[in-house]
Amino acid sequence: MGMTMTQKVLAAHAGLESVRAGQLILANVDLVLGNDITTPVAVTEFRKIGIDAVFDKAKVAIVPDHFVPNKDIKAAEQCRYIREFAREKDIENYFEVGEMGIEHALLPEKGLVTTGHLVIGADSHTCTYGALGAFSTGVGSTDMAAGMATGKAWFKVPSAIKFNLVGKPGKWVSGKDVILHIIGKIGVDGALYQSMEYSGEGLQHLGMEDRFTMANMAIEAGAKNGIFAVDEQTLAYIADHSTKEFTVHEADADAEYDEVYTIDLSTIRPTVAFPHLPDNTRTIDEVGEVVIDQVVIGSCTNGWIGDIRMAAGILKGRKVAKGIRVIVIPATQKIYLQALEEGLIKDIVEAGAIFSTPTCGPCLGGHMGILAKGERAVSTTNRNFVGRMGHPGSEVYLASPAVAAASALTGKITSPEGLDA
Amino acid sequence: MKAQGTVFKYGSNVDTDVIIPARHLNTSDPAELAAHCMEDIDADFISKVKAGDIMAADKNFGCGSSREHAPIAIKASGIACVIAATFARIFYRNSINIGLPILESPEAAAGIRSGDEVEVDFSTGVIVNKTTGESWTAEPFPGFMQEIIAADGLINYIKQGGMA
Repeated sequence: MGMTMTQKVLAAHAGLESVRAGQLILANVDLVLGNDITTPVAVTEFRKIGIDAVFDKAKVAIVPDHFVPNKDIKAAEQCRYIREFAREKDIENYFEVGEMGIEHALLPEKGLVTTGHLVIGADSHTCTYGALGAFSTGVGSTDMAAGMATGKAWFKVPSAIKFNLVGKPGKWVSGKDVILHIIGKIGVDGALYQSMEYSGEGLQHLGMEDRFTMANMAIEAGAKNGIFAVDEQTLAYIADHSTKEFTVHEADADAEYDEVYTIDLSTIRPTVAFPHLPDNTRTIDEVGEVVIDQVVIGSCTNGWIGDIRMAAGILKGRKVAKGIRVIVIPATQKIYLQALEEGLIKDIVEAGAIFSTPTCGPCLGGHMGILAKGERAVSTTNRNFVGRMGHPGSEVYLASPAVAAASALTGKITSPEGLDA
Repeated sequence: MKAQGTVFKYGSNVDTDVIIPARHLNTSDPAELAAHCMEDIDADFISKVKAGDIMAADKNFGCGSSREHAPIAIKASGIACVIAATFARIFYRNSINIGLPILESPEAAAGIRSGDEVEVDFSTGVIVNKTTGESWTAEPFPGFMQEIIAADGLINYIKQGGMA
């Protein structure tokens, strides 16, 4: 029986010729990642093991990004704790605020992750790198500590769901709409313990940023990972960003899938996830009148330069609706600089929005845009759980940057399609 | 090893943001985290829970973030075991890695209500609802995970020569 893409990557890193779904394996990791929330716990656990050095100081990445720039004294203490660890262990990939970005945009941008890699990260959205044809998955702090110590992680080999993408998406349909559509279809546990594997002729119409967005939200369907077939766009991206050795793994023709879905991209509408689960989706035609207080455009899901360009393009020459707070956050310092050089920040600020330094901030209700009781936000982030962006009585509606920016202009959830008129 | 206690029962898709809201993640102190455990969906939980009590839920318990603070908060609150129809995968591995006992049983999850008195035997996976008299047997863990559990978590497992 053949293997899926994910199974191929896992087998290669476990030193095995083949693996099958359900098998427990011990695999070598190419990178171990942590942030300012999860790394403090990992450092404490690492110290309990009683060894001096990490397994490879070039294969550990620590990115303070959640409550950074430090939002309060406790957050500052946590950051100091991990900064001291990074210095002590001579961690090569520790990124201070001026060189940082949101971890899952930063690592591909810096070329630290590439095709065929196996990456674990103490952050659930570590699955983002599946866009590159890598196996990457979120783990907890203890797994991060174990990974830093041994360079290994244990896995139960997942089975997979295949998504055969066909057709070409409409002008205002992005990877965010596609993944919200899919999560709406299969549910927040629709891919529990499984891989979500994407291939098909429709892939050519999805750019790398669309794919990062889609792989990023695999966890929102309960998946272990999302992974994309490697094509010319992937190879061009890694050629631009990474000098690391890479391996292209293809699914076997006779690979077994639990389910196969054909997704016709041409039929997908701009899609919004209503509170309080990412699978509570409606097309833009079904949203009705939803009055909002805040718009957030950013995060590891949608803080890419294409997302900032989309937002700026819609806001340019227009005004944010009176009384609406609009917060735009590029995912990395490089994207920030690109936005500056392209004049996007001017368009955004002149429209009446703010442009922030990179941070996860509001996505998880940390800082930089907390909601009060009863307030509603349209957000390009990835979760709309109870209390996710602030008060447990507030609401988050997940959408694409285009829908979020169009909504900023009207103060209610709005299709960008009307802007064509 | 056995536990017996009163059940706190929740529904499906209990996410890590309600188990421990991110606004409290500027600390990793277990007692401080426990003080806010479940507060956004069950404000009374922390005042009512006693050491040895049991948490139960329907499907996809612990979905969302990878924060180990979630099982840490539950463990530090005094909860002896979590029973659910299914667990989200990162929560599942985090619980094993930190030594929070969990049992997966859709039947038990369906047959347990808040306030029931439940006894759990971790070595056999037998769950007995003392209030209703019903009992179930949860799926046993694979041998490798049992070794981690027996070592009281992944770090001790490594110290004992595991993962080599």
